[in-house]
Amino acid sequence: MLSHFLNLEWKQYFRSSHWQKGIAIKIIMVIFALYFILTFLSIGVFGYYILKKEFPEQDPLRLVNSYLLYAILGDLIFRYLMQKLPVMNIKPMLSLPIKKSKLTHYVLGKSSVSFFNFLGLFFYIPFAVVLIREGYNTVGVLGWLFTMILLIQSANFLNFLINKNNIAFGVIAAILLSLIGLHVFDIYNVTAIGGQVFNFIYANPIYSLIGVVLLVILYSLNFKQLSGLLYLDEAIQTKVQEAKSADLSFTNRLGDIAPFIKNDIRLIWRNKRTKTVFLMSFFFLFYGLIFFTQKTYRDMPAMLMFASLFISGGFALNYGQFIPAWDSAHYKMLMSQSFKYRKFLESKWILMVVMTTVLYLLSFPYLYFGVDIFLMITAGAVFNIGFNSLFLLYAGSFNRKRIDLNKSGFGNTQGTSATQFIIIIPLMLFPMLLFWVFNKFVGYNSGFIIVAAIGIISLLLKNYAMNFIEKKYIQDKYAMINAFGKEA
Amino acid sequence: MITIDTISKKYGKTEVLNVENIEIPTGQSFGLVGNNGAGKTTLFNILLDLIRPTSGAITNHDIVVNKSEEWKNFTGSFIDESFLIGYLTPEEYFDFIGDLRGMNKADVTKFLAQFDEFFNEEILGKKKYLRDLSKGNQKKVGIVAAMMGNPQVVILDEPFANLDPTTQIRLKQIIKKLTENREITVLISSHDLTHVTEVCERIVVLDKGNVVKDIETSSETLKELESYFSV
Repeated sequence: MLSHFLNLEWKQYFRSSHWQKGIAIKIIMVIFALYFILTFLSIGVFGYYILKKEFPEQDPLRLVNSYLLYAILGDLIFRYLMQKLPVMNIKPMLSLPIKKSKLTHYVLGKSSVSFFNFLGLFFYIPFAVVLIREGYNTVGVLGWLFTMILLIQSANFLNFLINKNNIAFGVIAAILLSLIGLHVFDIYNVTAIGGQVFNFIYANPIYSLIGVVLLVILYSLNFKQLSGLLYLDEAIQTKVQEAKSADLSFTNRLGDIAPFIKNDIRLIWRNKRTKTVFLMSFFFLFYGLIFFTQKTYRDMPAMLMFASLFISGGFALNYGQFIPAWDSAHYKMLMSQSFKYRKFLESKWILMVVMTTVLYLLSFPYLYFGVDIFLMITAGAVFNIGFNSLFLLYAGSFNRKRIDLNKSGFGNTQGTSATQFIIIIPLMLFPMLLFWVFNKFVGYNSGFIIVAAIGIISLLLKNYAMNFIEKKYIQDKYAMINAFGKEA
Repeated sequence: MITIDTISKKYGKTEVLNVENIEIPTGQSFGLVGNNGAGKTTLFNILLDLIRPTSGAITNHDIVVNKSEEWKNFTGSFIDESFLIGYLTPEEYFDFIGDLRGMNKADVTKFLAQFDEFFNEEILGKKKYLRDLSKGNQKKVGIVAAMMGNPQVVILDEPFANLDPTTQIRLKQIIKKLTENREITVLISSHDLTHVTEVCERIVVLDKGNVVKDIETSSETLKELESYFSV
């Protein structure tokens, strides 16, 4: 039975049209994974010696132990945000002669071999090996390692439980923050307690069996929850939300673009992924804080330009790069309706421009960092409005990947292809380069002026550019209809 | 008047459609019948300029469909659920299509009022998004939307599938009424021989992309079709 499941899993993975096309994204994911693995591996191998050198009077294991609590809670939050719950297409299985408990065990078992569960081991295992080599008690170290593995697995199943529950997530985040708070303000030394627990396990490895009990409890809780959900009306059928209609008649002033604007607003607000894009664009506002507060970047104006572009461009970049794939599910219908393609594109353009303007207005507090920084943000915003919004529309005509709007937003790469990586060059690197060249060889202010000037020139040429973009979309119509019709 | 002139469609070497010549006069109710893979949906997609034919051309009221887009002004269609926008409520969807077809809110409300019976109180005012409606109810929305804005040509792919018996009967009445004045051309494809023979005055049978029968409907047509398909 297990081999059947694995066989299905294999076919599902390699026969998805996503796999056959999305080589670029796969390669990048692999590079990321390798990067993390190597980082963890080197910390695991050399961590002991580095700690020994930096803090000669302290025991490296005790030092690591004292911070493990944070690592575990941090891991939990990271998982919550990034780890996708294992799903299996169970609908066709339910009516077959397979025991439900078997299905449940399989889904849960599958989750325990997730990449997230192995990442930590790339640190813990080499670290444990080094400890044994350095003369630590072998049984103690193995008990410690065993505990860590159990805790990782427990975190996996805990994540499974709390993922459906925002309250649980809030509680964990609150615990973490208050622990840090207690520690920072010297009210209570939490790390000491956390450390003591792990030191105790090293000294008495038999107590690592407590971890087994924890794991068994979490597993059975999951088992109970999941097997109750194996009915068509529970796991399969998504909850029907009650439709809420907001009055969008104010858009009617925009004339014949209004129906598209209304549609786009509803698109963004009523679908998970687009909603995430919308909300995330406000987080991009804070991007500047990373760059403007660091001395290193102060001397690298091109990097500051990069940050400035991001501050106001969060929405345009993240929404714009998937035009028109957002409408892929009903693209056929749009193409059989009578309207000027221009209106459809115009509506997307207005959306990007309005959001960029709003984000720019919200970025006024950056004046705190000085007029220069603010001018840079202004130049970035002008560039985003003038050049990037038009360029994103043009780049969109190369999109050939369907997006299912109902899938979750965070870390969802559906619809991503090489296009998304190539367009970064003109969008970000081009203005950075221009800024750098003019700033270096002509003088500081000329950098802003040239970037803003390109934005303004593009804006003036908008009509011409739009004609060109419209032609491209009409020309590629059949290829897009065909590609968007395929399951992602 | 729709003219289908030596249309063929090839994917690589396999030919999925090869139609010599069909002329559909204005006001005709035209039925397309055939087994799976006969090319019914492909023909409709070419008619709507969603797929390019390998050779030939379709003319819809003097407009070659892949040369100009003017035909969109008087052609309403519903092929499948991808014609619906899942995150809209039915009302919002009708408003959207109405906007594109030059109807204001009052027009839309008036237009929808005549379909009260067809909707059977399952569509309007339910506070549900289209993606959450059942297949049959989604179909009702799509079919009605295809008739918005006084089209001269209405194209429906498998309109009877997924509908409950009552709605099927009501749909037949609606289609009959549509062609009553012989001004609106209706094109329907179906697997259900009884339904098409009942509403269509002309039936074309496709088999592996070729026209094998072109019949004017009479009282013997159903028998003829049944014996053809019961091989």
